Amino acid sequence: MRHLINILDLSVGEIDELIARADDIMARPDAYSEVCRGKILATLFFEPSTRTRLSFESAMLSLGGSVLGFSEAASSSAAKGESVSDTLEVVSSYCDIIAMRHPKEGAPLVGCAHSSVPVINAGDGGHYHPTQTLTDLLTIRRETGRFDGLTIGLCGDLKFGRTVHSLIAAMSRYKGVRFVLISPDELKLPSFIKQEYIKERGIEYSQCSSLDEVMGEVDILYMTRVQRERFFNEEDYLRLKDSYILDAEKMKAAKRDMIVMHPLPRVNEISTAVDSDPRACYFRQAKYGRYIRMALIMKMLGVDRAKGE
Amino acid sequence: MNVDSIKNGIVIDHIAAGSGMRLYDLLGLDALDCSVAIIKNVPSRKMDKKDIIKIDADIAINFDVIGFVDPGATVNIIRGGDLVEKRSISAPDRLVNVLKCKNPRCITSCEQDIDHVFKLTDKDNKIYRCIYCETKQN
Ligand SMILES: [Zn+2]
Repeated sequence: MRHLINILDLSVGEIDELIARADDIMARPDAYSEVCRGKILATLFFEPSTRTRLSFESAMLSLGGSVLGFSEAASSSAAKGESVSDTLEVVSSYCDIIAMRHPKEGAPLVGCAHSSVPVINAGDGGHYHPTQTLTDLLTIRRETGRFDGLTIGLCGDLKFGRTVHSLIAAMSRYKGVRFVLISPDELKLPSFIKQEYIKERGIEYSQCSSLDEVMGEVDILYMTRVQRERFFNEEDYLRLKDSYILDAEKMKAAKRDMIVMHPLPRVNEISTAVDSDPRACYFRQAKYGRYIRMALIMKMLGVDRAKGE
Repeated sequence: MNVDSIKNGIVIDHIAAGSGMRLYDLLGLDALDCSVAIIKNVPSRKMDKKDIIKIDADIAINFDVIGFVDPGATVNIIRGGDLVEKRSISAPDRLVNVLKCKNPRCITSCEQDIDHVFKLTDKDNKIYRCIYCETKQN
C-alpha cells in the first residue's frame, strides 16, 4: 500500500501523471463527479488548518465521495492522551483513505505504520507538506507551461519554511533549474538542504538579502511568511518581518511573464496592491490545490478512470 | 596499569581514545552487577592511544552501538579463559532505541511506546538522522 509522506515519495513520472489528471479534471469536472462514490476520506487534523482541511474535503466531495474526521486535537480522542498509532489503528477501519495533519514532525510516518488504508501527510509540523508542494507544481506547470529551465526566487523564511524546502527538493529534479535564495541572514536556507538538493545535484544558485536586487531575473517569485512562532523573541520578529515585502513598485522591475506564488495565508509580505497584477497567481494557486488533491485521492484509491473511459 | 584478565566475558578493544566512556554509557554497562573496567589512553602501536572496556560476564551486547560509536573497535569474546571469537565491527545502517531524538517537535517526544530509530544517511561523514523528523544526532 502506498502512502504519501514526502513529495519525493512520488517519481517525476507520477507527478506528471497527477498534473495531467488535474488538468483533465479542470477541463471536464463532470466526468469525475462520481468516480469515488462510496469511498470515505477521513481528515484527521490533530492541529487546526482550516484551509488545508477544506481543500481535502472539497476534493473528496467533488469526486462523489464522503468525508468524516476531526479538525483539532481538542475535539478528538488525542485530547484524552490517545496515541497517533492507536487513533490510526481505529480510524483506518472506518474509511478508505486518510489525510492527516499533526503538529509533531514524523507523526504521519508513525500513522501509516498503523493504518490499513493509504495515509496522506497533510502537514507534520515544520517538516513536510507534500500536497502543498503538488499544488505548487501544478501552479508552476499551468502558469509557465514548463518545469525545465526556470529561475526560481524563494523569498522570506527559508530556514523554517517547509514549503520552500519541499519545493526545492521537487524542482531540483528538473533540467536547467536555477534557485535564487532571498532571505535575511537569520533565516537562510539550512545548509543540509542546500547541500543535498542544490550543491550535490550541481544546480546553479545564488544567495542575497535583498528582493530588489533580483526582481528582474526570476521567472517565479515564491514568497513565504515570516512566522511569529518561529522566533524566540518578539524583537527579532518585528525587526525582520517587514524586510521582504513585495509591493507594486518592486513588481515594476519584474519580467512581464514572471509569476508570484505564495502558499497562503499571507500577513503583509505581499501588498494587496499586487493582487490585481495578472502575474500574482497565489489565489489561483489555492484553487489548483483542490484539483491536484482530487487527482491524488484518485491515484491513492486506485481509481484510474473518469466516467466513460 | 594492570586489570585482571577475565575468564568469561567480553573485551572491547581498539576503541578510539576518548570514546570509551560514551560507549560505556550507550551500552548501559552501568546497570551491570559484574565487574567492568574502562581503561583509558592505553598506549597502542597501531593507534598511539586507545581505550579498552572489559566486561567480566558473558552478556549479550548490542554490536550496533559499538559500530555507531567506533566502527574501528574490535570485540573479543572470552570463554574459559580462551579467546573464542574476534569480531570486527562496522557502522550499522539503523540504530533502534540507542539514541533518543532531541528535537522537541519530533513525534518521539510525545508518542508512547515508540521506537527511537536513527538511520545512517551519510556514510562518509557518519551522520545519523531520526527517521521521523530527520534531525541529526549529535
Ligand atoms: Zn526525531
